[in-house]
Amino acid sequence: MPQTGTWAVKVGLAQMLKGGVIMDVVTPEHARIAEEAGACAVMALERVPADIRRDGGVARMSDPSMIRGIIAAVTIPVMAKARIGHFVEADVLQALGIDYIDESEVLTPADEAHHIDKHGFMVPFVCGCRNLGEALRRISEGAAMIRTKGEAGTGDIVEAVRHMRTVQDEIRRIQTMSEDELYTCAKELGAPVELVKQVKREGRLPVVNFAAGGIATPSDAALMMRLGADGVFVGSGIFKSDNPAKFAKAIVEATTHYMDAEVIARVSTDLGAAMRGISVSSLPEKELLATRGW
Amino acid sequence: MLALQGDFREHREMLEEMGHATFEIRKPSQLEGLDALIIPGGESTTIARLILSNGFQAPLRAFCASGRPTWGTCAGAILLARHVDRLDRPGIETMNISVQRNAFGRQVDSFEADLEVDGVDGPPFRAVFIRAPLILSVSYPARAISTLADGTIVAARQGNLLATSFHPELTHDNRLHALFLTIGDTRGGGK
Repeated sequence: MPQTGTWAVKVGLAQMLKGGVIMDVVTPEHARIAEEAGACAVMALERVPADIRRDGGVARMSDPSMIRGIIAAVTIPVMAKARIGHFVEADVLQALGIDYIDESEVLTPADEAHHIDKHGFMVPFVCGCRNLGEALRRISEGAAMIRTKGEAGTGDIVEAVRHMRTVQDEIRRIQTMSEDELYTCAKELGAPVELVKQVKREGRLPVVNFAAGGIATPSDAALMMRLGADGVFVGSGIFKSDNPAKFAKAIVEATTHYMDAEVIARVSTDLGAAMRGISVSSLPEKELLATRGW
Repeated sequence: MLALQGDFREHREMLEEMGHATFEIRKPSQLEGLDALIIPGGESTTIARLILSNGFQAPLRAFCASGRPTWGTCAGAILLARHVDRLDRPGIETMNISVQRNAFGRQVDSFEADLEVDGVDGPPFRAVFIRAPLILSVSYPARAISTLADGTIVAARQGNLLATSFHPELTHDNRLHALFLTIGDTRGGGK
């Protein structure tokens, strides 16, 4: 008998997205531009993170009619965001036929202690992380894909780099440990020891790990790939740039050819201005999104 | 492995465990000297665009025509097919199969199932289908080599060409990869 909703099919879709670019879109028109440019999936949301940051207020799951419109507009997978801990928003997104749910710190958290128990869903989840412990906690809750948090809506790559380097550094450290050191390591990471053992065995996260939060140029995307990302999310970076269609296509090519500086140089030529952005170091502590989630 | 986008790493790891050298191909010139090629799973619209923007279409057609074993899994199978519904870019269009994309529904409908595959001995093959395409029809010289219980065609062979709508590279079962590697030995069999 065919079995649906298994761990293999949840993780498997993320494996199919690797080497690709997932783009934030707010309208069916945006979704078509993203698909035309070669996005491997789109993230349907009401406002890109840069606008959420500017507007303030409570950021929630998007309107179902807008999500349906985007699903109807493209043939590539469609993702959407639910608030951290808001399992009813996740239920609704699953009912709408979304292909992947992002339990996202970009929206205002609904629960300050608990993330969604993601094992109970048929649809797979992606969650953000700043370090290995956070990544493994999300995986133990059922996340089938991980992304760095970065600092969404800034166009500043510094936090995505910090988070990716932290995860990779912690993985390398675990590989140098002896088996009997893994228990204390798991305690310190706040992560299940079985997952820590798996990381030591395989030398990487148990699921696909994308980069997100601050990617604004083709070189940013290639930088994250060079640092070990399996693919990239681009949020505000596309539709806050001067020429979204061109930027989108250039970031797709740079992600494929991340080791080839000549290609990156060619696709970066005459792109127009990237999103203006905000330096993360100029942001007050309480405006940081990456610190949401536990 | 054609490494424009998708799960080429999983194919590489499986073949290297079996003792074969593998390479990631991102430029047409890198096709030279290869004995066989895998077009991996991924997003077919993305890979189709990258095939065109990187000048891969004619070289890939020539590679398939050269008789060297070529295998497309999922998105790769879509790109090998002569007829595809709802793909707005031409692929390689070399196998006499007609393919429907996302034929089983959205991600919540992705599934695992046990399959019998012509040429694979032993217990059923546990196949993983991710937003999978199905093969609507095959015509000579292509032939179906595996179907679901309801008769839906999910794998086909045409001489040196192999197409599967599922992902053997996501399992720990290398029997499909072993089958693929025998294609080179029987090249020109023209089945």
